[in-house]
Amino acid sequence: MCDTCGCGQPDNFKVINLNDSETKQSYEHSHEHIHDGTSHSHTHTHSHSEDHSHEQAHQHNHEHGTQRVIQMQTDVLQKNNLSAERNRGYFEAKKIFSLNFVSSPGSGKTSLIEKTIKELNNEIKFFVIEGDQQTINDAKRIKAVGAPVVQINTGNGCHLDAEMVNRGIKELNPSDKSIVVIENVGNLICPSLFDLGESKRVVIISVTEGDDKPIKYPNMFQSSHLCIINKTDLLPYVDFNIEQTKKYALQVNHHLEFIELSVKTGQGIDHWYDWLKKQKNIL
Amino acid sequence: MHEISIALNIIDLIKEEAEKNSAASIQEFEVEVGSISGVEIEALKFALNIAVKDTLLENAIQIITPVAAAASCLECDKEFSLSWFYEPCPFCSAMNIQIIKGKELKIKSITID
Repeated sequence: MCDTCGCGQPDNFKVINLNDSETKQSYEHSHEHIHDGTSHSHTHTHSHSEDHSHEQAHQHNHEHGTQRVIQMQTDVLQKNNLSAERNRGYFEAKKIFSLNFVSSPGSGKTSLIEKTIKELNNEIKFFVIEGDQQTINDAKRIKAVGAPVVQINTGNGCHLDAEMVNRGIKELNPSDKSIVVIENVGNLICPSLFDLGESKRVVIISVTEGDDKPIKYPNMFQSSHLCIINKTDLLPYVDFNIEQTKKYALQVNHHLEFIELSVKTGQGIDHWYDWLKKQKNIL
Repeated sequence: MHEISIALNIIDLIKEEAEKNSAASIQEFEVEVGSISGVEIEALKFALNIAVKDTLLENAIQIITPVAAAASCLECDKEFSLSWFYEPCPFCSAMNIQIIKGKELKIKSITID
């Protein structure tokens, strides 16, 4: 069954490598790959097992001789989390700094990545994984500014998962000490649940959106490390209160850092470059 | 929308566990979903009902147990319930709180034959 809409079709996501002379497309059946690491399936087994154990025993104490209750206590996302940790280990071993960019559609993820590559390409080697439901448009934009890129089309999927990123990295083959940028599917809800193995998660919000986004979509702001407030050049024309947004976001996540910038005018973008270089040097 | 992915993860993990235990059928399974886990219980139920078709879990009783969120205050050490992510401590108004419950998303147990 399809992993994304339950339509009964096999679940295919597409990994498209734009770096080969002939654009290669590979189709991935997610179910073939999520069985990795079964030997670790009990990592979390006993963490909360005492909570309701008596209730369980009574509920299931029927006289059927063969019926058995098995306490699983298994994290539903453990397979994704295991794949994410594999990615994280790969990045660490190669001293790669990796970013997971999340936002609603149209807040400027691709434009920011594009500009960053264009302006820092001489100092830092970038590799990009683009996630979109359909098309290779974003990957073409990244390729045009000179960074190796693979596009993952999730089909009906609303988020990237760690296994897709794992396949993407294998296609990309990023070099040591580089930065891998993963641009997630534009969606402020679903991607928050899926760890991809990134070093830092960056949420982008633009001033043309509502300033209460952080409390409307708390999961995303809670799981991010940095919040970029984009399109600040439009502030005179919109009713967006930056201080209010920050206040809301800090209620949800008091560790969150902020950078205000405009990709279009370049205003404030040096703060972003400084952050990026600082994070990379910490590795 | 991500609930169908979650449902399929649940089904795969339960199938594996059932096969490991040479189960002929699965009678019941219980999943715990925290109120701030990011998963909507109604959407998950809907997704599960579709996703269990033609699997070992098709006729199993599904028990989805909500887990209410709770936090402890890092200033005054008291525990309290949370209706959403971050709320100030109701006792001392500190924002410095730690979530202790409510992010659960786990398969608790299965009953097999």
